Amino acid sequence: MAGIADPPDVAPVEDHSSELQEFTLRIRRFNPETGEAPYWEEHTVELAPHRSVLEGLLQAKARFDGSIGVRCSCRAAICGSCGVRVNGQPGLACHTHLDKALSTAKDGVIVVEPMGNMPVIKDLIVDMDAVHWKKIQRVTPWLINKTPIPEREYVVPRESMVDVTQTMACIQCGACVSDCLSMEVHPEFIGPAALAKAYRFVGDPRDAEQFERLNDLSEDPAGIYDCTHCFKCIEACPKGVAPMSQIMRLRRRAGSDHDIVDRNNGQRHEETMTKLIRDFGLLHEAEMLPRSYGGYSWFAKFSPAAGLELLDSLPVITRALLRRKVTPMKAIFGHKIPKGDLQSIQRIFEEIESKEERVEFNLYISGTDEDNAENVKEDDA
Amino acid sequence: MPAHDVLIIGAGLAGQRAALAAADAGASVAILSKVHPVRSHSVAAAGGINAAINPADDWRSHAYDTVKGSDFIGDQDAIEVMCREAPAEILHLEHIGVTFHRNETGHLDLRAFGGASMKRTAYVADITGQAILHVLYEQLMKHHATVDRYEEWFTTSLVQDEAGNCVGCIARDIRTGEMEIFRAKNVILASGGAGQCFKPTTNGLICTGDGIAQAYRIGAPLMDMEMIQYHPTTLAENGFLITEGARGEGAHLLNSEGERFMEKYAPNKMELASRDVVSRAEQTEINEGRGVGPDKQGIYLDITVVPKKRVLEALREIVNIGKDFAGVDITAEPIIIQPGQHYIMGGVKTDVDGRTPIEGLYAAGEVACVSVHGGNRLGANSLLDTLIFGRRSGEHAAERSKGVPMPEIPQSRLQQDVDMIDAIIARPKTGRRISEIKEELGTELNRNVAVFREEQGLEHAMEIVKRLKEEAKTAYIDDRGTVFNQDVLGAIELGYMLDCADCIVTGAIERKESRGAQFRTDYPERNDEEWLKHIDLVMNGDGPKVEYSPVTITQWQPEERKY
Repeated sequence: MAGIADPPDVAPVEDHSSELQEFTLRIRRFNPETGEAPYWEEHTVELAPHRSVLEGLLQAKARFDGSIGVRCSCRAAICGSCGVRVNGQPGLACHTHLDKALSTAKDGVIVVEPMGNMPVIKDLIVDMDAVHWKKIQRVTPWLINKTPIPEREYVVPRESMVDVTQTMACIQCGACVSDCLSMEVHPEFIGPAALAKAYRFVGDPRDAEQFERLNDLSEDPAGIYDCTHCFKCIEACPKGVAPMSQIMRLRRRAGSDHDIVDRNNGQRHEETMTKLIRDFGLLHEAEMLPRSYGGYSWFAKFSPAAGLELLDSLPVITRALLRRKVTPMKAIFGHKIPKGDLQSIQRIFEEIESKEERVEFNLYISGTDEDNAENVKEDDA
Repeated sequence: MPAHDVLIIGAGLAGQRAALAAADAGASVAILSKVHPVRSHSVAAAGGINAAINPADDWRSHAYDTVKGSDFIGDQDAIEVMCREAPAEILHLEHIGVTFHRNETGHLDLRAFGGASMKRTAYVADITGQAILHVLYEQLMKHHATVDRYEEWFTTSLVQDEAGNCVGCIARDIRTGEMEIFRAKNVILASGGAGQCFKPTTNGLICTGDGIAQAYRIGAPLMDMEMIQYHPTTLAENGFLITEGARGEGAHLLNSEGERFMEKYAPNKMELASRDVVSRAEQTEINEGRGVGPDKQGIYLDITVVPKKRVLEALREIVNIGKDFAGVDITAEPIIIQPGQHYIMGGVKTDVDGRTPIEGLYAAGEVACVSVHGGNRLGANSLLDTLIFGRRSGEHAAERSKGVPMPEIPQSRLQQDVDMIDAIIARPKTGRRISEIKEELGTELNRNVAVFREEQGLEHAMEIVKRLKEEAKTAYIDDRGTVFNQDVLGAIELGYMLDCADCIVTGAIERKESRGAQFRTDYPERNDEEWLKHIDLVMNGDGPKVEYSPVTITQWQPEERKY
């Protein structure tokens, strides 16, 4: 029998047993049919340390309990099915190595939970339709063609298609939605994945309604200005889509290229912040609100629009004063930084503003810092 | 009970394209898939899609390359249709939003691919399948009023009327466990391949041959099932795919002596010979002791010869795969690869409109066998196959629905499938685990039905498959619930896989020659006199019955195949 089973062309099964290591997974279980609350269950699996958390889950499922619910297919971070939280960090289970997960685990146990911001259906499976896909549908997620449609392909700049590849690389796994802080406090927020999808059309020269898209996303109170810059989505994304960067690009296109001044005061708020930093070196908090509503000058606080907002914000201002987040002196004079530092900051502004074209970071064009640090081959060439 | 003119099972590229085409033709359409459409395995297709779109190219050249790639067992009428219609399809995709990369003049850029006589592969970095799949899904969202989507519904069987016509399916809503009858004038199977019969494989866990087995079980013939593609560049440990685009961009294959060994096997095309040729060359090098890696079972793929800027913009995905799954920076050092199961050329036999011999049943994409790939599929022809024949099936089914009344299916038909599932759930814990059987099947097929095959090994595989089929009948599951009971679906999938495996092995035993992906060490020559024909397999009791059908030859006579 052995001879038959082993014709000469075949690799003997690789012996990785020496590398096998035990890992304990603490899995968040929930069965909607029992009426019981979610609970934790531990399984110890045996795998090489560079294998993924998904492989750990699949081993637990295969050996101990087939009822563990987890969506998965490709195992190679392409299909986007296995979005979960590992030790509290959102990402793909297949894209998280067991040894790395262990290094961030408390008490030596890897904690696997369903993603956040979406209702749980069973165990690690969440209802992405209820949140993620609804938001995708919100951004008119299809190309609105420039007309006339050419007989052959649209002729567009080479770089433009490489540029939108970063957002095309999104696999709709939901990891960025899972831990979006803005969405947590404001569930209507369109959110990182859908806005990255929006950039895919705004950045596409074949789309006929870039202004309309940007105007819509600026004017929506849950739109591009609803993002608070927390970077969570950039950290979460397994594909380098950097949703927050795409949101910032949408803002630059809306505010700088199309001069869209939105009713949410998002654009003026952002402009005021930038100018305050240019002029004071640090954010001058007390000037933020009046200048974003009343125009960029010291007299802004006396404009009616700013006055109304200031009145409206009195409870917040009072609380801030009571909790000593601001002092009256700082509120009047702002922060002071050494003159040399201020000049350095202003030189950055001059340098950037003197450029004829805006330089945008793109993964597919420039790679990551890590890629570039090891840029051996290109230098040789 | 939902009722539609056209019901599509599977929502990868073939299924979505069929749905859009059928809706466009005015039919009422439903698309049903066991996973959310963007999770379909088309998402993993990396390198690109072929079309003679360059004015200097000619579809006949593309067709000839495809015929030659198929080792002359592809049906030339179908290949002509596919290649002739390819440029218009690419332009259609471009118009609906696929972000194909451009050249310096802003026109579609084309890259080199295996077995092609010129550059004719349009691409989006190395995420071409993903880009097309997501754009088609954008279109499904746009056309939500005309295409009903049933996402995360698992098909348990196809339904036939008394005349034997296919009139719908039974499916289970995975989220609720609810079973439903779907009535349809036409059913298009677009549920993909059966790579999970092998371990390792580049295919996702969902590729369990569902549609192939469902069609087989209602009497549709399967064709070319012995033709299993081993992709030349997969990661040794887990079978992950490294796109052929890497070699298209200029990467080299090296053996343990640092030799570009392909010059011995394919002096003209080198690394870009067709996949069966490259995989065999690699396996020969490994078998003769010139493999690399700790157990000498690998080959070096050297991508460092491609400029880094180009790698970052055009091969970004495999930079990630190298880094994340093999711990290798492919821009700085070679990566170890080996041939690995990737694609099944065979499937449900269809004509150029996707029609199977069963009235009302169509098939398109990897589930089908038109046969445009014959003994060996060229890289970047699979996406094309899904789209061309997906569209043609959708159009033809929409047209057919005009002359057919909406079928009736008695409610009692549902009970058969409900009972089948209840019986699985009720099995006592005395049999084997599903996962064990699946593991044994995959390991066995990868051992004996791989790049090189011979009688004894194949017979051994057959014995194992027959035994596993018996064991699967009593295999037990843990999950007794209804919401997302993946366990019970796994048991049904195992049955589908075993039917596919039975046919794959039967075909491989039957074909006593070497052609395309079927290389028999005991019959090492191609034998046109006896074997220039398809093997058709039709269910007959517990196993397949072997029949033959002729290969359609239009303008290219079989000749010696050299790269």
